[in-house]
Amino acid sequence: MDEEPPHRLNEEAIDIALTVALLIDAKPVDEIHVMRKIVIDGSNTTGFQRTCVIALGGYVGKGEKTQIQHISLEEDAARKTGESGQVTSYRIDRLGIPLIEMATAPSIHSPKEAEAVALEIGRLLRATRRVKRGLGTIRQDLNVSIRKGALIEIKGVQKLDLIAEIVESEVGRQLELLKMRDELIARGLKDDSFEQEFHKVSEIFAKTNSKLIASTLKRGGLVLAVLLPGFGGLLGRELQKGSRLGTEMSQRATYWGGVGGIFHTDELPNYGITQAEVEELRTCLNASQEDAVVFVTDSEEKAREALRAVVERAKECLRGVPEETRAANEDGTSRYLRPRPGAARMYPETDVPPVPVTESRLSNLRMNLPPMPEALVGQLTQEYQINSKLAEQLADSDHLPLFEEIGKKTKIAPSFLATTLTETIKSLSREGVPVENLDDKKINEVFDAVDSGLTVKEAVPDLLKYLAEKPVFNVKEAVEKLGLGMISDEELRSRISDLIDKNMALLKQQREAATGKFMNLIMGQVRGKVEAKKVSIILKEEILKRLERP
Amino acid sequence: MSTIELKGYSGEAYKFLSEAKASIGDMVRIEKDGEVYEGGLMPRSESGDDQHIVIKLRSGYNIGVKITPTSKIERTGTGAKPTFTSTSQPTSRKGLERIDIISTGGTIASRVDYRTGAVQPALSATDLYSAVPELSELADITAHILYSEFSENIAPRHWVGMAEKISEVISAGTAGVVVCHGTDTMAYTSAALSFMLRDLPVPVVLVGSQRSSDRPSSDAATNLMGAVAVASKAPFAEVAVAMHGDFSDKAVTIHRGTKVRKCHTSGRYAFRSVNSLPLAKYDLQNASLEILDQNYVQRDRNRKLDLRTSLEERVFLIKFYPGMSDGPIDWAIDQGYCGIVIEGTGLGHVSKNLQASIAKAIQSGILVVMTSQCVWGRVNMSVYTTGRDLISLGVIPLEDMLPETALVKMMWVLGQTKDPEAAKKILLKNLAGEFSQRTVLND
Repeated sequence: MDEEPPHRLNEEAIDIALTVALLIDAKPVDEIHVMRKIVIDGSNTTGFQRTCVIALGGYVGKGEKTQIQHISLEEDAARKTGESGQVTSYRIDRLGIPLIEMATAPSIHSPKEAEAVALEIGRLLRATRRVKRGLGTIRQDLNVSIRKGALIEIKGVQKLDLIAEIVESEVGRQLELLKMRDELIARGLKDDSFEQEFHKVSEIFAKTNSKLIASTLKRGGLVLAVLLPGFGGLLGRELQKGSRLGTEMSQRATYWGGVGGIFHTDELPNYGITQAEVEELRTCLNASQEDAVVFVTDSEEKAREALRAVVERAKECLRGVPEETRAANEDGTSRYLRPRPGAARMYPETDVPPVPVTESRLSNLRMNLPPMPEALVGQLTQEYQINSKLAEQLADSDHLPLFEEIGKKTKIAPSFLATTLTETIKSLSREGVPVENLDDKKINEVFDAVDSGLTVKEAVPDLLKYLAEKPVFNVKEAVEKLGLGMISDEELRSRISDLIDKNMALLKQQREAATGKFMNLIMGQVRGKVEAKKVSIILKEEILKRLERP
Repeated sequence: MSTIELKGYSGEAYKFLSEAKASIGDMVRIEKDGEVYEGGLMPRSESGDDQHIVIKLRSGYNIGVKITPTSKIERTGTGAKPTFTSTSQPTSRKGLERIDIISTGGTIASRVDYRTGAVQPALSATDLYSAVPELSELADITAHILYSEFSENIAPRHWVGMAEKISEVISAGTAGVVVCHGTDTMAYTSAALSFMLRDLPVPVVLVGSQRSSDRPSSDAATNLMGAVAVASKAPFAEVAVAMHGDFSDKAVTIHRGTKVRKCHTSGRYAFRSVNSLPLAKYDLQNASLEILDQNYVQRDRNRKLDLRTSLEERVFLIKFYPGMSDGPIDWAIDQGYCGIVIEGTGLGHVSKNLQASIAKAIQSGILVVMTSQCVWGRVNMSVYTTGRDLISLGVIPLEDMLPETALVKMMWVLGQTKDPEAAKKILLKNLAGEFSQRTVLND
């Protein structure tokens, strides 16, 4: 909503951003000025995103240092939750949450390096212990450019391990587009090769089997077509995995014309459109096999906008790679999002007064700087007596604050705790367990249950798995359902007695040496329900009792 | 160097910049403590200190650079100065009605320089057309700048000035008048014009915006379109307020000038018709006007406007609160006030300890009227003893009239006659829809 003027800048958020700035040797600005960055896709209800530069310069990385251009503080935008026709839905629960943006200088040279830098920045932000954790809380926007290509911004990369893949896919796309440009030029195509007129070809489809076209015509829409000379075969050419030039044109048509998509001759006959209809279309537009025909079906106004966008995209093929902002897909590819904005979309937010960054504020923050990621590992090994590999994993983990919290309040062994929070949860995730359902509260409860003796530490992986899969249950219920409740000393003693009595031959034969075998047998029955130490004590007592008998 | 060239800078920063012969928009290079800052010189907010220089970096971000005794500045180039260029200037279509837009201030008719954020008033019809091109489709506009005042500075003398200007353009044959006004006190002005402009031949529409035009959610353009459409097309000839309708951008609501109140500090839907339906709704998508209250005064260009601008400003609006002493009422009597509007609690009550002072006021010839601080609803002083006591003292209950409207009406009534009995009669007469006969559910 934009029904109230903005409040003042959040002082805590400024402090966190300044802390990050000081950690990477950036130079805080003397006075923070809030800007409005125009964003009109609906993700900001105000129509702009408020943003401000907190610091300039600095670098991340140990060996190869990557320059940082600026650190800024922004309001997060709303999350898109769905799109249908002309309506886009957003969830506004993320809107206005402070967001730290770190922009690297154009000095990263390989996909792998990009991933490493992102990891390093993530570590740094986590080191402040003041940023939110979880999927989507650290997002990467990638700027990719290659020689003779163009600067492409790819937004919303949520997973680190996708970075290298996305960069590679984008480089491939740009190379393919450059190749296509050379071919088009060789085919003698120029800007003025394109016709200005679109053709109304509804009659061709008067009796079509295409349900989409038939229903649009019935509603009073039309079929509008344009000839793309020399583009025969190119529209169907793959630029990225599963995405062709035709796909890119279709995305443009959807963005500018609001149409559902386009049809083109490289993919026809298909979708209920027959070879005869394609032939008739080609004849009507005087298109040879070297040419392509693109058509859309919608209201005339939208269809015209859509085809204008298609022709624009076709002309851009003559220049190679068009500058644009793209959105990352889950599979490492990307799709058209919007044109690339310039610096002109930024103007001052006059409703928020500038904030001077005083020397006393900076010196206060300097005195309270959190340890850098490397120092943190040392600190963890020392304080909790865990090995450095585990400490490193913890430092990279979203669960570090939880580790410290549980570590301080319970008697649970730190190395067990650390292993659970890093390796166990990771391996559950690999098994396909929805570990994102395990929030801090749930994990806390599990360890509390162990600490209070409700269950044993051996039961923790099973409990976590159960609670992740069935998040409606609490720990106590999970313990009951899984039968992981502790068994009483009497019950344990009676089970041990029974077991020994059934195997008296073994005891008589091996005497004390049989203890190990008995231990294995009994643990098979009671693992997760009683501590091994206790089993061992009672077992020894019962064995001794029987051996002392005459 | 003129102040415009270094807008907002003062003291040390001003000295620092003028020595470098730098002015707003210039490219500058500042060296300080081994750091170099390069960018365009930006204007500074008037409330900013004199220690910082604001520059726009190449990325588009602004930052403030603090000047120190060792700071150096160099002017490296002349940048573009803030300018307002009209993109295209649509001219009005032939055959459209003449509409006069009278500007009194506020942010409705303003344009922004996107680099500096400076907001400037749109001064001419051409400016208005280029800011809101749709206007040229709606009417043939003649623009007038009467005042440039924030609405909190608008006083009764401005109401008189507005009424006179409106009378002038009506004589010149306008088909409707739009008054651009700051929103804070717009409802007071609309009430005042409702009483001053008797026998209106054409509509007079007040319009403002809750959000200035430098923001995408601005309601300035849509409100102005609604106001101009109503002024040119509406079948009624009344004083009305045209403001944004709801959370969305679909409609502009047209309120009767005596029944409207600003009910939210910042929301675009702030203006509400209180105790009555709005007059009409202007649908922005279909450009159509839907009449919601059929009981209106018909437009009639042959009707002769009766302009009555005399006001008695010695009228007092008092809001009762628990524990209030009789001091303020006694003070009003001593100061020679002629009328007191009380915003009582609930159905129209004040505490017992005020009764003596109220009686004294009425005996000394002061008109005392009762409205309710509830905002919604009607006063009724026959239900409880307190109300009956006040009536017997001579307090006049004003039904469902808004306290602000009551204040303005009393100023106007006492401007017409000083005789308390005659004044009381006019006060209780429904002149411009300020009373509703029945209470409607509209919220």
